[in-house]
Amino acid sequence: MSDPNSAQPGSPDKEPASEEQAGRTALGNTERAEAATTPGGPGPRPTLGRLFLENLWAANTFTVTLLSLVLAMVVGAVLMIISDPEVLATYGYITARPSDAINASWTLVSEAYANLFKGSVFDPAATTVNAALSPISETLTYTAPLVFTGLSVALAFRGGLFNIGAQGQATMGIILAALAGFLLPLPPGLHLLVAVLAGALGGAIWGFIPGILKARTGAHEVINTIMLNYIAVYFLTWLIVQNGVQDPSRTDAISRPVDASAQLPRLFGDGLRAHAGIILAVLATWAVAWLLNRSTLGFELRAVGANPDAARTAGISVTRTYVLVMVFAGALAGLGGSQMVLGTTAAALTPLVVAQIGFDGILVALLGRVKPWGVALAALLFGALQAGGNRMQSYSGISLELVTVLQALIVIFIAAPALVKAIFQLRAARTARLQTSLAKGW
Amino acid sequence: MEPGEIHALLGENGAGKSTLMNVLYGLYQPDEGEILVDGKPLKLRGPSDAIAAGIGMVHQHFMLVPVFTVTENIMLGAEQVRGGIAGFLDRRRARREVAEVSERYNLRVDPDAVIEDLPVGIQQRVEIVKALTRDVDLLILDEPTAVLTPQETEELLTVMRSLKAAGKSIVFITHKLGEVKAIADRITVIRRGKTVGTASPEASRDELAALMVGRTVRLTVDKAPATPGEPVLELANLVVDDDRQVRAVDGVDLTVRAGEVLGVAGVQGNGQTELIEAIMGLRPVLAGTITLDGQRIDGWSTKKVLRAGVGYVPEDRSVDGLVKEFTVAENLVLDVYDRPPFGRGLSLRPDEIGRAARERIEQFDVRTSSAEAPVGTLSGGNQQKVIVARELSRPLKLFIAAQPTRGVDVGSIEFIHSRVVHERDAGTAVLVVSSELDEVIGLADRIAVMYRGRIIGVVGPDTPREEIGLLMAGITPDQQGGSPDVGSAAEAGPTATVDSDPAATTDADAVSGTGTPATTDRDVAATTDGVAPAAEGPGSEDEKNR
Repeated sequence: MSDPNSAQPGSPDKEPASEEQAGRTALGNTERAEAATTPGGPGPRPTLGRLFLENLWAANTFTVTLLSLVLAMVVGAVLMIISDPEVLATYGYITARPSDAINASWTLVSEAYANLFKGSVFDPAATTVNAALSPISETLTYTAPLVFTGLSVALAFRGGLFNIGAQGQATMGIILAALAGFLLPLPPGLHLLVAVLAGALGGAIWGFIPGILKARTGAHEVINTIMLNYIAVYFLTWLIVQNGVQDPSRTDAISRPVDASAQLPRLFGDGLRAHAGIILAVLATWAVAWLLNRSTLGFELRAVGANPDAARTAGISVTRTYVLVMVFAGALAGLGGSQMVLGTTAAALTPLVVAQIGFDGILVALLGRVKPWGVALAALLFGALQAGGNRMQSYSGISLELVTVLQALIVIFIAAPALVKAIFQLRAARTARLQTSLAKGW
Repeated sequence: MEPGEIHALLGENGAGKSTLMNVLYGLYQPDEGEILVDGKPLKLRGPSDAIAAGIGMVHQHFMLVPVFTVTENIMLGAEQVRGGIAGFLDRRRARREVAEVSERYNLRVDPDAVIEDLPVGIQQRVEIVKALTRDVDLLILDEPTAVLTPQETEELLTVMRSLKAAGKSIVFITHKLGEVKAIADRITVIRRGKTVGTASPEASRDELAALMVGRTVRLTVDKAPATPGEPVLELANLVVDDDRQVRAVDGVDLTVRAGEVLGVAGVQGNGQTELIEAIMGLRPVLAGTITLDGQRIDGWSTKKVLRAGVGYVPEDRSVDGLVKEFTVAENLVLDVYDRPPFGRGLSLRPDEIGRAARERIEQFDVRTSSAEAPVGTLSGGNQQKVIVARELSRPLKLFIAAQPTRGVDVGSIEFIHSRVVHERDAGTAVLVVSSELDEVIGLADRIAVMYRGRIIGVVGPDTPREEIGLLMAGITPDQQGGSPDVGSAAEAGPTATVDSDPAATTDADAVSGTGTPATTDRDVAATTDGVAPAAEGPGSEDEKNR
């Protein structure tokens, strides 16, 4: 009844379930300690347990996020086992020798996730300082652009707009940043500043277009931003092979490299990839948080996002706000894009230089519950998954795509708190609000 | 409940009327107690159980699919299939059934009309037909008149009478006293979830109102005579279109002076909303001028109009007045957030906002758990107080209040009215628009009656209600000829239809009435009218107009 174990789900998958149990018991202990210190109500024994359960299983944002992560890893483990022929073969004679199947699965999954951890956070086997810092450095490198695109989507979302166009805005940001990076002969420092601002400008222009269309004609921003994504990508593809842009020494589609004077400085020396972009990302997060919560513009933005009619009646110009929101969102995405070419990920334009940062930004924004610091943390998680996924691929032979699947699963579970609640039998508290918070904007 | 009875359930907002009826309809489960139907206890697990037991309900907010036809909506949930083959709907049979039911109870609906094209009154009729096709004996109408125009209300009352004649029982939930007195056979008053009394329809309005709120309520507004000063707001030949590009305001001239309350009376939908939105810069002015304190303000942005010293309480608080997700404090600065002391340059000053909010909450008696509570968690009356507090917290030249007490409990009404009068006494020009005639009469120093986009008369507050009622129906005194007694004219002969409509209008509007003898008289008259089945005729007031 009040025993916390009664709420444990019967997981179909043995190994990850035990892992997960361990994790939750650990978590439970701290929660229990907290619960114990809280003055209990009548009847200490059931109350204590119930209090603990309520605290833990109340479907609050943190618990749902954590459990979504766990669920995604469970599904990921199943996928790893299925996709590995050798391990799968051991299941053919599972009735005869179950230990084979269990051991093989355990080894595969635990090693994969260990590599994920070692590649993103810390490798205990590291001997040099560089090797010890390397996973963090990789994580931060992947995190920085995602913070920007995530903020872009989140900011627009708070203003009542669904910005699917972070990808296109990032692409335009990359293009202008790179052009400024190799076409303008400027002194160091100034060159970097101009290149970064050029990136912001490119994104801002690409955000302004759907913003003004929405404000003036009511054209839906989802449609327009998707269309602009295509235009941006093919503009990039065309631009790369033009004279003066394409690298003269190459025949394939690659542009000239960005001058060293326009590159973001590295944080931990030349051996490690982490660059100043992450500092900009933290600053941007702070700035967006301030803008949303402490500025008059943010007040307008939130009012328009929550109830445009009331905002208009209160004298706030809804159309102006829509345009501004999209310009800001575009500039943020453009800044994110500029890091892909001014940082250490790449130094020249290629058709795929943008990767998926714009689309991942949508996921990051949703995972971060469209709150600036939440977005930053979500970006950190996604960055870590990317960095760890690289190592997982090279050491465990698990393809990098699995990481993408994990990311998708996490977001699906987050977007459907009712599902997580049903699986873990959480209390219904506040889930309804979560659902609507993500469903709005369409 | 007896068969063939209309039982009115009367109570304030939040008294528990709707909850009770939702239990009866099986939507909620009772915690204790039981429901007896024909002497047998009944356990309802859901609406389908209730329908099976012969209980039907028409909700306050209709449960219709806008893009479906009348027939499709009625068959929804009880789809008939053709020849027993799943997947093939028997539309023809359903259509026949709809036609038959609407014929039998004299409820004219076109079975093939699409719901979203129908006016609200007809949509409601569809809901009633829907309930009737399920063969119910007891029909629950939850605040059916809240969304209806006075004409539609009168039609509904006629429908209810014919249903009663057919032996159906009706539970009629409302907080409008006039309607109750016009139609109910028995009245049960509910307060805070308890039955506090049963009354007969002969009880006076004051008695009923006192039962409803639990103390004697003044429905009149206490105020000293006005001391009008200079004209503050002047409208000249104003022309405005509504959202469908149909002329809504058609050449309005109006003056509001400092220190007076000008009430605009009129049946809803006669251009009052558009008139005010035009003044506030929310709607383009097509012709004419708006002058505030000698300065032309037509074409100004809403922000500029607000800045010029205009306070505005919009008609629909949840849509236009408040951001429900925002806190009480944030809503209290919704239109002054960027002015000192709340905002400086680009930055907000949360401490100032919080401090001002606590002050206003105190001053305007807003019942909230804290200034940081989302405003959506407050009751309707307190939400309205938040808006009034916001608008009256800065120096004003002009205060515009549209339906300031709609859906607000009686206690809050008193409070809001006293603040409006207080603002007038401080020398502000006040423009009040309300479809509640009593509110206009109680508050205003002058009453302008609006009809079809025009001001058809400006009268004093001591003008008899009948006269204002006739004006609201578009009948000016000279057109009226020498027949002041509308009630008797209505019964006079074949032309009676013409006159019964305005009478009905006045009656339906006088819903939270003051209980003057005149009103009571007409309640009786309206009832008598309705029993004669011929006293119906949409649009019949036209001929009198020309």
